[in-house]
Amino acid sequence: MSAKKPLVILQLYPRDMNIYGDHGNALVLAQRAKWHGYAPKLISYNPGDSFPRDVDIIVGGGGQDSGQDNIQNDLLRIGPTLKQLAEDNTPMLMICGLYQLFGHSFKTQDGQIIEGIGLLDITTVAGPERLIGNIVTQSDLFGEIIGYENHSGQTTLGSDIQPLGTVIRGAGNNGADGFEGALWHNVIGSYLHGSLLPKNPAITDWLIRQAAVNKFGKFTPGDIDDNFAALARRHALKRPR
Amino acid sequence: MTKPYSVFAGKIVRYIARLRGGGSALPGLFVETIDRGFVKDTLAQLPHGVVLVSGTNGKTTTTKIVVELLQGQGLKVFTNRTGSNFSRGVAAALLGDVDRRGKLHADIAVLELDEAHAVHFVGQIPPAYSLLLNVMRDQLDRFGEIDTTAGMLGQIAQATTDTVVINREDPRLRKLAKHLDARVSYFGLDEKLHATFPNDDDMHGASTARTKLPPTDVMLNAIGEKATFVIDGKKVSTALKLQGIYNVYNAAAALALTRAVMGAKLDQKKLIRSLAEVTPAFGRGERLVVDGQPCELVLVKNPSGFRLSLRSFDPAGVATMIAINDNYADGRDMSWLWDVDFDSLRRTGVAAVSGVRAYDMALRLQYDNVAVGNVDIDLAGALQNFLSEYKQSPKRIYCTYTAMLALRRELGTITDVEDVS
Repeated sequence: MSAKKPLVILQLYPRDMNIYGDHGNALVLAQRAKWHGYAPKLISYNPGDSFPRDVDIIVGGGGQDSGQDNIQNDLLRIGPTLKQLAEDNTPMLMICGLYQLFGHSFKTQDGQIIEGIGLLDITTVAGPERLIGNIVTQSDLFGEIIGYENHSGQTTLGSDIQPLGTVIRGAGNNGADGFEGALWHNVIGSYLHGSLLPKNPAITDWLIRQAAVNKFGKFTPGDIDDNFAALARRHALKRPR
Repeated sequence: MTKPYSVFAGKIVRYIARLRGGGSALPGLFVETIDRGFVKDTLAQLPHGVVLVSGTNGKTTTTKIVVELLQGQGLKVFTNRTGSNFSRGVAAALLGDVDRRGKLHADIAVLELDEAHAVHFVGQIPPAYSLLLNVMRDQLDRFGEIDTTAGMLGQIAQATTDTVVINREDPRLRKLAKHLDARVSYFGLDEKLHATFPNDDDMHGASTARTKLPPTDVMLNAIGEKATFVIDGKKVSTALKLQGIYNVYNAAAALALTRAVMGAKLDQKKLIRSLAEVTPAFGRGERLVVDGQPCELVLVKNPSGFRLSLRSFDPAGVATMIAINDNYADGRDMSWLWDVDFDSLRRTGVAAVSGVRAYDMALRLQYDNVAVGNVDIDLAGALQNFLSEYKQSPKRIYCTYTAMLALRRELGTITDVEDVS
């Protein structure tokens, strides 16, 4: 049964961009896809690889400055492919470093401009301090989103894009405008680690749903026990910043 | 010059703090505040100077091994053995050991300091020797990025006057060795053991084409019933009381450091004899006895340490408990649990999960298809349950730092637990 419904999950640059447990997002996508009755296939894309043709979900994470240097040229090379996939409604989740590079540009502390692929209408500048701590946001689509942020980049949304959520507690995109993350077509950008997906199964299932609808025309959810996730969320909400 | 009255007053604060069952940092803070030069002046008296141990994983265990190896060579050693690896912890430990005039009766100080505090420390007190163990993703919520952490270790190396001992298998540390005035000595691993001790890049799949490596002073060659080291080109085998393969690699680091400190005066036979007798540091594979069964405490602080611990200890025939807190000393971000692979526990399952973030841990295990028994955020209750339910079985508890302190306190009420405060 499930062998008939394969879903390909692509991890973007897992070698260089997977700090802070971002692998957890890929793992949770694959497991839940399986529990929903699909046959997930987890594949990696690293600099210089040929970009796979059939991809149903793309996830990417954060990295060190050195990791970002390693992937930047390659990302610009595959940028048009990613943009096409996004316009075709391929679901994507980009955390932290790749969230920034999916935008127009990143201005470093010493004024250098790092070019992004401009898939998301956002710009980022390096801030004077790291924004670190537990964070809770509110999203129309997903309800309360719970995670942990750790970034020095301050991101501003353009006119062409909406935030993923509004900050209830924490700093968010830039610590000033009250927004966190970005949402465009089926592409989610966010600063939230934790990892994000395990404690926010609503987002995980939404990504799988979009992929399933794209590929099979419909999504039939499986029966998953989310008791631990619910309790982990409840206790995370009580923790200090 | 240290003022005798501040030493005396500090000792009184230490005494009162201990009566209250309090930590080690408060009296240290007290003396630091009234006498800023206290630590510097006191350590400056030592004939062999200061040895600093830093890095992400293994500081406490390695420091303990180094201390015992140096003692085996006949040196009188001062150390901050409470694991309070902040500058204040050093001041507090000094207070306990100096006489009323502020004189420290020791030949050498061996101190473990975490990276950020070490940078501050070496600015005031340049160490004669330093040992840099590894740079792994740990407490990134505190320091920012791993490259920043490596930079901090670089500052320690720069400040070192005699010898810097470096883990050859850590590419970030190897890079630091290039521009040093101090002598550099390496410890390392035999090629065939590399898969057992992945460095941070290996663990995260980064491209690590193996480059030409510098020769080692001490190399861990094989582990099994006995550990085999290649020291200065010669093979030496010995049985060890240390638990866990990761601790054995720390022993290689400690051997290299001790050899650097002793130089020509080294007694190699005594060195190996001392090493064979070293027991694990508290909470680092420490063995307690409860109801006639062993109960091991294994400290886990970061993904690499947790992975290495899971590889070090066979879960078969042992009841496993995991206790995860997220207090400041543990690191607040739970992301790290998702960088640990728990497949090895699938066969036995995990009997109990506890700590403030028990449900984060249970959730993590769910996604690796590991069966979970009791989940209870209350540590004391969870421990009691675990001990009575698995009375007849050997036990092992993986715990974060503050969870370990709490569990030791609880265990202290029912069995002998060494007081290390």
